[in-house]
Amino acid sequence: MLLLQCPYCGVNAEETELAAGGEAHLKRATVGDSDEAFEGYLFMRENKKGVHLERWRHAYGCGKWFLAARDTATLEVFGTYPAQTTEPPADVTENIRAKYPDWSWKETA
Amino acid sequence: MSNAVSALNGKTATGPVTVQELGLTGMVTLRGDFEDEGFAAAVTQLTGLQIPDVRQFQTDGVKTVLWMSPDELLVVLPYTEVNAFVTAMNDALAGSHYLVANVSDARAIFSVSGEFATEVLGKNAPVDFEASQFVAGMVRRSRVGQVAAAYWKLDDGSFRVVCFRSVAEYVFGLIATSATAGPVGVY
Amino acid sequence: MSTRLANSGRLIDRSKPVEFKFNGKRFKGYEGDTLASALFANDQMMVGRSFKYHRPRGVVASGAEEPNALFNMGEGGRFEPNQRATTQELFDGLTIRSQNHWPSLEFDIGAVNQLFARWLPAGFYYKMFIHPRPFWKHVYEPFIRQSAGLGQVPQEKDADTYEHFYYFCDVLVVGGGIAGLAAALKEGQAGKKVLLLEQTADFGGRAVVDGVEIDGKSAEAWVQDTLAALNAMPNVTVRNRNMASGVYDHGYVLGYERLTDHLSDKSGPRHRLWRIRAGHIITATGAIERPLSFAGNDIPGVLLAAAVRDYVVNWGVSVGDRTVVVTNNDDAYRTAIILKNAGLAVPAIIDARASGAGPIAAEVEKLGIRVLKGKAIAKVKGKTRVTGVKVCLQAGEGSVIEEIACDCVAMSGGWSPVVHLWSHCGGKLNWDEDLAMFRPDPSRAPTGADGKAFVSTVGSASGYLSTADVLKDAGLEVTTNEVAAAPLEPVWLMPQGAGPKLRMKAWLDYQNDVKVSDVQLAAREGYESVEHTKRYTTLGMATDQGKLSNINGLAILSKSLDASIPNVGTTTFRPPYTPISMGAITGAARDELFQPIHKTPMFDWHDANGADWEPVGHWRRTYAYVRNGETVHDAVNREILNVRENVGTLDASTLGKIIVKGPDAGKFLDMLYTNMMSTLGVGKCRYGLMCNENGFLSDDGVVVRLAEDTWLCHTTTGGADRIHGWMEDWLQCEWWDWKVYTANVTEQFAQIAVAGPKARQLLEKLGGNMDLSKEGFPFMTYVEGKLGEFDARIFRISFSGELSYEVSVPASQGAALWAALQEAGKDLGVMPYGTEAMHILRAEKGFIMIGDETDGTIIPQDLNLQWAISKKKEDYLGKRAQERSFMASPDRWKLVGLETLDGSVIPDGSYVPAPGYNPNGQRNVQGRVTSTYYSPTLKRGIAMGLVKHGPDRMGEVIEFNREDGTMVKAKIVDPVFYDKDGEKQNV
Repeated sequence: MLLLQCPYCGVNAEETELAAGGEAHLKRATVGDSDEAFEGYLFMRENKKGVHLERWRHAYGCGKWFLAARDTATLEVFGTYPAQTTEPPADVTENIRAKYPDWSWKETA
Repeated sequence: MSNAVSALNGKTATGPVTVQELGLTGMVTLRGDFEDEGFAAAVTQLTGLQIPDVRQFQTDGVKTVLWMSPDELLVVLPYTEVNAFVTAMNDALAGSHYLVANVSDARAIFSVSGEFATEVLGKNAPVDFEASQFVAGMVRRSRVGQVAAAYWKLDDGSFRVVCFRSVAEYVFGLIATSATAGPVGVY
Repeated sequence: MSTRLANSGRLIDRSKPVEFKFNGKRFKGYEGDTLASALFANDQMMVGRSFKYHRPRGVVASGAEEPNALFNMGEGGRFEPNQRATTQELFDGLTIRSQNHWPSLEFDIGAVNQLFARWLPAGFYYKMFIHPRPFWKHVYEPFIRQSAGLGQVPQEKDADTYEHFYYFCDVLVVGGGIAGLAAALKEGQAGKKVLLLEQTADFGGRAVVDGVEIDGKSAEAWVQDTLAALNAMPNVTVRNRNMASGVYDHGYVLGYERLTDHLSDKSGPRHRLWRIRAGHIITATGAIERPLSFAGNDIPGVLLAAAVRDYVVNWGVSVGDRTVVVTNNDDAYRTAIILKNAGLAVPAIIDARASGAGPIAAEVEKLGIRVLKGKAIAKVKGKTRVTGVKVCLQAGEGSVIEEIACDCVAMSGGWSPVVHLWSHCGGKLNWDEDLAMFRPDPSRAPTGADGKAFVSTVGSASGYLSTADVLKDAGLEVTTNEVAAAPLEPVWLMPQGAGPKLRMKAWLDYQNDVKVSDVQLAAREGYESVEHTKRYTTLGMATDQGKLSNINGLAILSKSLDASIPNVGTTTFRPPYTPISMGAITGAARDELFQPIHKTPMFDWHDANGADWEPVGHWRRTYAYVRNGETVHDAVNREILNVRENVGTLDASTLGKIIVKGPDAGKFLDMLYTNMMSTLGVGKCRYGLMCNENGFLSDDGVVVRLAEDTWLCHTTTGGADRIHGWMEDWLQCEWWDWKVYTANVTEQFAQIAVAGPKARQLLEKLGGNMDLSKEGFPFMTYVEGKLGEFDARIFRISFSGELSYEVSVPASQGAALWAALQEAGKDLGVMPYGTEAMHILRAEKGFIMIGDETDGTIIPQDLNLQWAISKKKEDYLGKRAQERSFMASPDRWKLVGLETLDGSVIPDGSYVPAPGYNPNGQRNVQGRVTSTYYSPTLKRGIAMGLVKHGPDRMGEVIEFNREDGTMVKAKIVDPVFYDKDGEKQNV
């Protein structure tokens, strides 16, 4: 059972205190965007074996959404960070690259 | 308000660990920017207490201000003072961005006290209640069994537990059952 | 004869005799006995029958690995099957019954299966019962089900209680043998918060039984001293009778603590499930001895060699007077020595190794024990107990050299480290050719949240077998009195060239009756994967999960496949290590604590006044208030008519209430709802729709503007948490620069709908300071003030089509207001009404219900709710999705009203078939019913449904299917059945 640290209140929360929210850093497509762009926003999701950036809510705690960089195969957690970011922060990226030197986020690749 | 009744009307289970619903208790949710001087000043002016640090609370024995999230406080105070407090807070913060809501009736508040209270709480929450970890002055939001709850520890070693009113009976039953079952013997 | 010895028995207290019952017979034992040792003391060699052939079975081991000695234990509310005799401590009054036999253990009809054993090999059931196909369901399965299963199912409710306990530590040490004790001491001295769990009552493991001396001290004394040191440390917690049953991700471990299983006094929780979060886990779980595969190795009286000496040393019982030891390693020689020193006979040690043992051989020689080198057991003699063994060459095919009379065989095929906990989270193993064992590979440990190993092993669990090596692995350099051991010789079949007849009697898995011949058959039939072989043969299944059989079976399989053991690999180790009780998993969550029931402030009144409860989410709402002599249906109709004619009250407290406040709150709500909420006037109410980003309806409710920057959003019952979370998601993750705060105040208010032509009269009777007149308090507005003595906010909104008010008061005043309304409304004919009446009242008015008219695939346009979709807004959640071609298609099914021609009620879930079939061969459909009721107001069946091109087909008669195949004709009509012009709600 996963243990993730909420970056807002510092609690090392176990999975039963959290709610998972799927892939992080999605860009909302809306009125005026093409069908393809909208489809990508609504349906196309990463399903990686390896590094994944994902949304979690500290539902049974401070109620805040945060983001986590996690290895879906080994469950290593490279870092958690506030939801109000548009890309993974430098320290998290560094932690990931320590394990996967060639890793880059799809949006910056 | 002679008709007002709290969720369990003061129900108590007495024993080595005593569980008591505390009856009508004033509770106010306050949301705002803790860094904002006006907000902090209003809190201090109306409660006499500072905004607590992350996962801490401040109390003078009558009023208590608890850290609930980075932009949310819970003020606990006598039930009869709530309406005046809400009005005063609205006046003090008028014009700024904030939210104040009376939640006294939305919640049930319990006292859990006695020699192995920490172990009783540890039976139903994924929280380390061990004395050196969970010290007086701390707040922890988590769950009790299957429902949300907030815990805080007073100087006398007793705990306060707050949950939603609708599940007060479940929470009381769970904690009282765990108390009756006896100590674990590790704390 | 197995019997109690005059002396010895370090764990029993001979001054405290206890009595227990086995198959109705009274037996005696001592405090400190296990059930198994007490049965031996009473010469009860046979303890059950095997699963498939109903062969007599005796105790084979002395711990958690025991596959045979499983019992139906206890009676009534404390009855539990498959309880293991070797781990069950004896207490006064314990009652057990043996399993899997009929009519009795001694005479069992099922044993006839043995005669057919030749025709009952692995896969027999799969092959035999496949044809003819229909026979499976009606003939084979009922028959097989009746004969399957070891124990019986409890018939009564569990009389015991259980609980959970969360615990956090830096280091969890699993196992209270010398390795675990040493590891805990080291971690404790380093200042770590340590928890040590031992699954049995006793500490010290094998070392204390084997009489090892550590640094000149007896192991017993060393263990007591170390325990005392641990208990003196405030940062170390030691718990016995607590088994670590599984290791899970990120250092989560379940500990299964048995609190009263060993006591006559059953008060207090029976089991406590420890939910442990450890920074690091050290498994000191020891090793398990392997049986040897020879013909007749399942006959009662054949035991593991170490178990035989456990029974002598720990409990003072001898399994037999004359014990033949058969081994491929030095360790079993200890058994011979201990037996001899206890005054028992050891006619021979049969050592499969041609070269025999190391220095320990001199010791047994001194005791006058005969050692037969390079020999094997060809066959064990005896039926319900051992009477002798036939000896042959290990290198040969089983020609008998001599026969030795004996009543016990102590066998040892070497040791396997207990790697379960290491493996649960992915720890990998290496095959050690010399020791013939899988050992944990520390370089491939399970990794935790920080990417580093979070489980390590110590002692025998690492594969170290001598006391000095074990303690060295735990960080302690000691000297011992143990002599060096000669190498073991892997022996997977005895004799190595055993023919089919012997192989058919050489058991691998005692519990599931799997023999060497079965695994060989599986290999021949192509089951090359060890996981497939396991399922095909049932090797290593059921309660023991192959603790004794897996490695032997694997070796046989690899030999049959001509593959190496590491290439064949092991089956997956999964928690729990041994079965844990369902009660422990449940903990306190039973009866009224099984699930949190959400109750409104008026719950008790409803309960006392005939409430027929309906679960709505976790809430309990009143479906109808049933009076004496009424059916539920009668009550619903009465309540509806009373609302239409007089006045009714509905407990609407469960509706979600969320405050949304801030300079950007209007902008935010415009994005959330399809309607325009920013233009709503202060003091006004507006019905709003919420969609998800797929465009589908997700919630609805009345939005109220409380102040310039403050709105109150009502949600559906049970929708409050979801919608509040939805709002916070958008505010925190998408529009975090917008200045909006939300608060879920659902439970702050008790809300009562007062509906009916006399609703205003009723409220006015309560008095107060609010103007409730038609002019002073128009439809879709709210007022705030005193209603009688209550602090009320009243909304003039209607979900019934009648003159209606929703009165909201602080929850603490809810019960009193409800009572006051019933009292004041007596002469107006007030009656409470429930959710079913509410549903029908709204259906009569054609109002939609989230969850009835919507199912997660319905857009507002499908329900003709275009009027609630703002055309002025550039964007709202779901808008882009609703522009997709499929959503904009004119062929989508749309909401219509339906009137049956014969006045009957269309069955729930009915469809409107259309001509032809789809590519899956199913009837085409053109519509379905979404809400269907008997309307007491109109005295006929009414319904709403979604029908292709529905609104264009007004007046057309379509047919809905019934479950019995007949059809019901219904006319498409306007969905508003009652008061089409809305005059009644606006009076």
